[in-house]
Amino acid sequence: MIDEASVILASAVRLTVPLAFAACGEYIAERAGTINISVEAMMLGGAFSAVLGATITGSASTGLIFGMVAGLIIGFVHAQFSHRLGVNTYVVGLVLSALILGLTSFLLDSVKLDTNNQVNAVNIPYISDIPLLGPVLFSHRWPVYLLIVLIPFVWWLVQRSRFGLELRAAGENPQSADVTGIDVRKRRRQALLICGLLSGLGGAYLAVGEVGMFNQNMTAGRGFVVIAAVIFGGWTLRGTIAGCLVFGAADAMRLALPALGVQLNAQFLIAAPYLLALLAMMFLAKTHRAPGALGIPFVRGTA
Amino acid sequence: MTKLLEAPHAARPAGPPGPAAPRTGAPITQRLRTPGLYALSLSLAFAIAGLLVAVVGKSPWDAAVAMYEGSLGSGSSIGQSIDQAAPLLMVAIGSVIAARAGIFNIGQEGQLIIGAAVGASVGLFMPGPGWFVLLMILLCAAIGGALWASIAAILYYWRGVDVVIATLLLIFVANQVVSFAVNRPYLLREQAVPGQTTASQSDMLRESVWLPRFGEYPGFNIGAGIFIAALLAVGVYFALTRSRWGFRIRLLGLNAKTAHRAGVGAVVVGGGALLASGAFAGLAGGAMLTGSGYRIQDGFADNVGFDGLLVALVAKDNPVRAIPVALFFGALRAGGGFLASTGIPRYIVAVVTALLVLAVVFPTAFAEIQRRRVARTTDA
Repeated sequence: MIDEASVILASAVRLTVPLAFAACGEYIAERAGTINISVEAMMLGGAFSAVLGATITGSASTGLIFGMVAGLIIGFVHAQFSHRLGVNTYVVGLVLSALILGLTSFLLDSVKLDTNNQVNAVNIPYISDIPLLGPVLFSHRWPVYLLIVLIPFVWWLVQRSRFGLELRAAGENPQSADVTGIDVRKRRRQALLICGLLSGLGGAYLAVGEVGMFNQNMTAGRGFVVIAAVIFGGWTLRGTIAGCLVFGAADAMRLALPALGVQLNAQFLIAAPYLLALLAMMFLAKTHRAPGALGIPFVRGTA
Repeated sequence: MTKLLEAPHAARPAGPPGPAAPRTGAPITQRLRTPGLYALSLSLAFAIAGLLVAVVGKSPWDAAVAMYEGSLGSGSSIGQSIDQAAPLLMVAIGSVIAARAGIFNIGQEGQLIIGAAVGASVGLFMPGPGWFVLLMILLCAAIGGALWASIAAILYYWRGVDVVIATLLLIFVANQVVSFAVNRPYLLREQAVPGQTTASQSDMLRESVWLPRFGEYPGFNIGAGIFIAALLAVGVYFALTRSRWGFRIRLLGLNAKTAHRAGVGAVVVGGGALLASGAFAGLAGGAMLTGSGYRIQDGFADNVGFDGLLVALVAKDNPVRAIPVALFFGALRAGGGFLASTGIPRYIVAVVTALLVLAVVFPTAFAEIQRRRVARTTDA
């Protein structure tokens, strides 16, 4: 029993990690006022580039960097289109998602990629031997531990740094931010770049961390689960990470339940993150407040 | 007009229309700039796609020839292109209605598959003469799509949940609802035939409820879907520009505050537009079901919902202009089917489609930036 529990919990953690990387990025983007729906494209592009990088260089860890760069490029394109040219951000996100899905599927059919190239697992000595807790928390591939550093850093960046203050100002009240001399569009572009970087890393981790290869449309809507997690968490970082854990656990249950002989319907578990996010938005609308100018493009002088 | 592409309308500089006048040194180049930009960015889109094909070691020329063969090369392929265009156009009409009301519905993919599932259940279980059942399929598909969109409408007007996010998330729920239905024998899953395994799909609709087709089978032949879609496009165009309902929708979309002062009910008019948009997506699902698929399964929507939304974007929210755009996108989809013979993955079509949309969006946005820059320099 305890073995099964630790297997399921460990798998939940593994499935949470790619979501959590991307969710940190999406959290930053949304706090700056962009509902970034190209996060799916960033993850998918990151996943593909990571495997491509791992194939070219032979090192899965270098693949992670490729994935981050791919996410960064997608974030750059999105930022230029929506916060410089002023094109509707949903349009850009939608088109980018279609573009990257097509592009990665096209290249996958045309390029020969490695199929078994994963980054190393690191068992933290001694504490990974603790029953239940050890295998669940301290026996993972190394980028997982990166997350433990990243989450406090993102919190500090958004809540305690000057950059984060300006970022939140751009998301809460861009007109006032503009008057005080903050370049609102620039802050939003920078937030999208960070989002691209982290989402690319999330996708890359999924590909070269967990799976070791790239499949067509391998993120399969995880980017949208990430958006759901940020909403579920009420635009707080701890809520967002909690949302990722809930959705990662739902995913782990979907994979584990048939093996345990429990019949719970798979369609419901796949739909669960989206349903939970919708319910969260419905019930928490009063207590959880979205950034004031979320999803509203900034144009100087319009109240 | 270009609601979806631009930031709020108040962005227009309020001054007299002539502040840019002193800068008109070269009127002809000024006037040619935007068409020139269009030409440049469209050819850039095709060039990138060609380059991609070349990079993977295939001939872009072969790809172009195959695309031509599949979309315009023969009577039957022209028919294919037109058939592909019909549901795209229906989805696009709905997107236009919502966009004109200032609501951005991006859940057509889900509304479409729910509409198709409702249509399939009507088609499979309703007795009656073929033409009547066909009408009921299309009607119920539209109602199904509208009901699915109404979830987002209720969430928005009752709890203030963002429409974009709600419609987006509902796509994934819709896919699982349909997947659930086609995996349950007591719902839509095909009936077991002894000695055959059943797949996760519904039974095939009987031939009498299929949409009629015109033309000769091996040669040029098209389904009735495109006629329905084109009629609806023209009808919606006139409804939007000439009717009281259309006026209210446009008023709401252009300035919600003014609309409120003028007594336009945001819930009735805006919510109605969202429902109408869902209904058109559902109708597209019904048309795909009775026009080409004849049965529903996982992945039935096949990106038609998203592509239809892109058609509306490229047509700049004009239902009549959406007709040629839908035909062009339909031709791209049909041509993609022919790429298999050249060994070039058909996914290049998705890349081309997306690049084309970016190419169409870019010049408008660029011109807007230029205009704003001019306004700023003349202000000083």
